[in-house]
Amino acid sequence: MSNSKICPECGHVFRGNGWDGIDAHWRSKHEDIMPYEKAWPLLKDDKYQAHMDDTLIIAGREFSSRLIIGTGKYKTYQQNADALAASGAQMVTVAVRRVNLTNPDEPLLVDFIDPKKTVYLPNTAGCFTGEDAVRTLRLAREAGGWDLVKLEVLSDPKHLYPDMEETLRAAKLLIADGFEVMVYCSDDPVFARKLEDLGCAAIMPLGAPIGSGLGIQNPVNIRLIVEQTSVPVIVDAGVGTASDAAIAMELGCDGVLMNTAIAEAKDPTLMARAMQHAVKAGRQAYLAGRMPRKKYADPSSPLAGLI
Amino acid sequence: MQLIINGETHADLKANMSVFDLLAHLSLPKAKIAVERNKEIVPKSSYATVVLQDGDVLEIITFIGGG
Repeated sequence: MSNSKICPECGHVFRGNGWDGIDAHWRSKHEDIMPYEKAWPLLKDDKYQAHMDDTLIIAGREFSSRLIIGTGKYKTYQQNADALAASGAQMVTVAVRRVNLTNPDEPLLVDFIDPKKTVYLPNTAGCFTGEDAVRTLRLAREAGGWDLVKLEVLSDPKHLYPDMEETLRAAKLLIADGFEVMVYCSDDPVFARKLEDLGCAAIMPLGAPIGSGLGIQNPVNIRLIVEQTSVPVIVDAGVGTASDAAIAMELGCDGVLMNTAIAEAKDPTLMARAMQHAVKAGRQAYLAGRMPRKKYADPSSPLAGLI
Repeated sequence: MQLIINGETHADLKANMSVFDLLAHLSLPKAKIAVERNKEIVPKSSYATVVLQDGDVLEIITFIGGG
């Protein structure tokens, strides 16, 4: 049997049965890195290394970047590719559309953003029923060969709010068909819970209407969703500038998905880089744990010993 | 024969074309596209063997930029 467990901190091999002996080993050698009580649940689920690297895991796939960017609204695919490189993102959303039969030589997204290097997340943008969404993503799966998808079932073009009744129905159909569903949803904790219970791979509430750039409009709901959800929570839509992304991450979100904030910035490449920093800064601030808010001032220099 | 491809009528096509023949005729790259025939997906592995019939409705899709 070669399924011996290996200590991720020191490489010690446990030759007995599974993790037998990890308790004493950890407490004597690595207790200072992380208390055993906290480390054990991570070790037994094989998530310790990912936790220490602070990687984002969606449906078993690991990402070191917590930023996902869209590929719409750029002036050219080249501009899009440059922004992607500057953002450090490892996943992009893409749309599924009819091929251009009148000009088969027109540039293809795949010629600029290599699906072997960047994870393509096909979306269902433009679908207004569960059946449309399922049909679209089945085609996407055949074209690309992957089953990680972004479900969005929209309603009124004026606000592009998700139709949650159809979204739930479509999620059920897709999961039954073997898809890993990252789902765009309202910032309603009740629907978010229902989607998680169905088996969605990530819950992606909007921060503000798609393309509005208004920032996180309802931080209380986003925080409630973060607290109750055990799969990744990714704010999808509404980010306008770097501070919006940082706020989403400070609320404890696992990632941020954005398109227009980068594509419609005056300098998309520079904004993409700013977003990379904002997501990292927000994540680190969340992990660091912010100071409590106080009602009054509290001097930073000691008052004792004043001359 | 006549086919409806992506919502448009294409008349005067050779009879007994396979999906593979049609994609070549349309100069479409086979990578990163998918074909739906009368609402059923045609797997890439059977492009050469699926023979199109007069009146078939086809959708041919690819990935484009999107949010």
